Amino acid sequence: MQIVVCIKQVPDTAEVKIDRKTNTLIREGVPSIINPFDLHAVEEALLLRERCGGAVTALSMGPPQVEAALREALSLGVDQAVLLSDRAFAGADTLATSYTLAAGIRKIGAFDLILCGKQAIDGDTAQVGPEIAEWLDVPHLTYVSGIDEMILAEPARITVSRLVEGGYEQVRSSLPSLLTVVRELNEPRLPSFRASLRARTQAITVWGAADLDVDPERLGIDGSPTGVSRVFVPEYDRQGQIFAGGPEDQARALVDLLRSTRLI
Amino acid sequence: MNYFLTAEQELIQQIARRFARERVAPVAAELDEKGEFPRKLLDVLAKTDLCGVYLPEEYGGLGGGMFGFCLVVEEISRVCSGVAICYAASGLGAIPILLFGTGEQKRQYLPEVAAGKKLGAFALTEANAGSDSFAQETTAVRDGGHYILNGTKQWITNGREADIYTVVAVTNKAKGARGISAFIVEKGTPGFSFGKKENKMGIRASSTTELIFNNCRVPEGNLLAREGMGLIVALKTLDQSRPGVGAQAVGIAQGALDLALKFARQRVQFGQPIIQFQAIQHMLADMATQTEAARALVYSAARMIDAGAKEISKSSAMAKVFASDVAMRVTTDAVQIMGGAGYMKEYPAEKMMRDAKITQIYEGTNQIQRNVIASELIKERD
Repeated sequence: MQIVVCIKQVPDTAEVKIDRKTNTLIREGVPSIINPFDLHAVEEALLLRERCGGAVTALSMGPPQVEAALREALSLGVDQAVLLSDRAFAGADTLATSYTLAAGIRKIGAFDLILCGKQAIDGDTAQVGPEIAEWLDVPHLTYVSGIDEMILAEPARITVSRLVEGGYEQVRSSLPSLLTVVRELNEPRLPSFRASLRARTQAITVWGAADLDVDPERLGIDGSPTGVSRVFVPEYDRQGQIFAGGPEDQARALVDLLRSTRLI
Repeated sequence: MNYFLTAEQELIQQIARRFARERVAPVAAELDEKGEFPRKLLDVLAKTDLCGVYLPEEYGGLGGGMFGFCLVVEEISRVCSGVAICYAASGLGAIPILLFGTGEQKRQYLPEVAAGKKLGAFALTEANAGSDSFAQETTAVRDGGHYILNGTKQWITNGREADIYTVVAVTNKAKGARGISAFIVEKGTPGFSFGKKENKMGIRASSTTELIFNNCRVPEGNLLAREGMGLIVALKTLDQSRPGVGAQAVGIAQGALDLALKFARQRVQFGQPIIQFQAIQHMLADMATQTEAARALVYSAARMIDAGAKEISKSSAMAKVFASDVAMRVTTDAVQIMGGAGYMKEYPAEKMMRDAKITQIYEGTNQIQRNVIASELIKERD
């Protein structure tokens, strides 16, 4: 089976600091990592390949330094890596990003399954995966925590468990389709020695806007209806108060406080 | 210190370090507390290709030798030597097959160990045969195309968890040391069972059990080398593996030093971080120097083995005895520098001190190692 995994390079948010003057992320010196949810998508793709055969392609969009994330994916064992990189792609919101990634997937060729992390830890929108599915006109299943059944013979189909509030939902879909996955799905592997050695010299395919069948007006900042008007750090100036004593004392103290502040 | 690692050796070290920091560190305290075998961690390790780092490529390994093995053991031990020993003891079970196995035995057993699909273990010790390893009481009696094993092995690392056991037993009591043989025994062989799991002071993530043989029939094809070669198999195996215990000790010492250094920078007393006090500085300097000296000795011994040197007993014993004594001293000093905090279970310093102790005891006590070194010295004068 042919699987495409979309990955995003993100700043390691455990290390991120915010510039209090400009209210922007201080990116300098912050290590870049593969979005942690995407690592679960890569792992599932590799497990499916071990079970069903086929090939896994890792796909990303971004500046040339994203090659490092794709090389890490190669060292985990994916077969090939494709980077969509062009100045024209810069400043893309989720709509322009998903449009470009979908064009990249069309160019990669026929696929049975697309896997994405449920969301990126920097943007946190969870929009790109489902949007890619819409551009490609395939079904999408979000928050997948388990693949229960996978049948490649016609009619090809997949049954998954979705993590929903308070439980699981079992859903079946035709293939090809797109899944966005959660941490509960699997335990991501580490790079292997042999794949890491291979990854050092393996070529990464880089495609620009001219290589893709795309409408230039839908790319990058021009193709992005979303604008960020302000980024700010929420101020936490509210303070909690804990009453001591027995239930009656606490109730009395609460009533006194509410009265004194004229709330009751 | 620069040990001029090759690009491949650096990669082995990097992957092992990531495994230790990202996967082992978050669960090390819990595994220690519960005495829980790290099966999930070993499955993750299997996929990194490192399980066969020391095995030749023709048996599915990476051909990284004992030096590669030491790099992995050191990095994991820096975080949790309980987890490291599960990995290392599997190697100890596979080394006799590598050294003395027939082509068929190697092809049958080594690729699965290299892939991390099966774990190995090595069974020499008995209740009455510890340092006196000649005093074996487990017997193996030939019966047609089989040997029938009877007896109990004690304190076997990876007991119950391993799939492939190298077991030493007496085949001819009259011949004494030359009447002892080594066998490959697979888990699940009728008559082969496990006794109690030991509740240990340290390396608590590892499993240590008795192996019980009760009329256990082992095919003659599972004899390693020839009848009567058992002690040679055992002693040559231990000569190869001892730098691995040394690497474990170096890892523990480095982990304790890292921790003490970090603590000394942060802990403020008398208005300044305690690292500003010369009393602390000199302790740290000694800890770092001893750890580096131990590492240099371990690496040298491992490189000698990989280069095919014939006389390795002395170097291998020196690496083990020195590094394990250093680990004990450095971990004790780390706890001392950290004071009350070092004694508490909130920090891993006390665990490292508990873990260090076993490195002075197993795979030949440090007293036995000194006997080995001394007997080689005496031979050299002749």
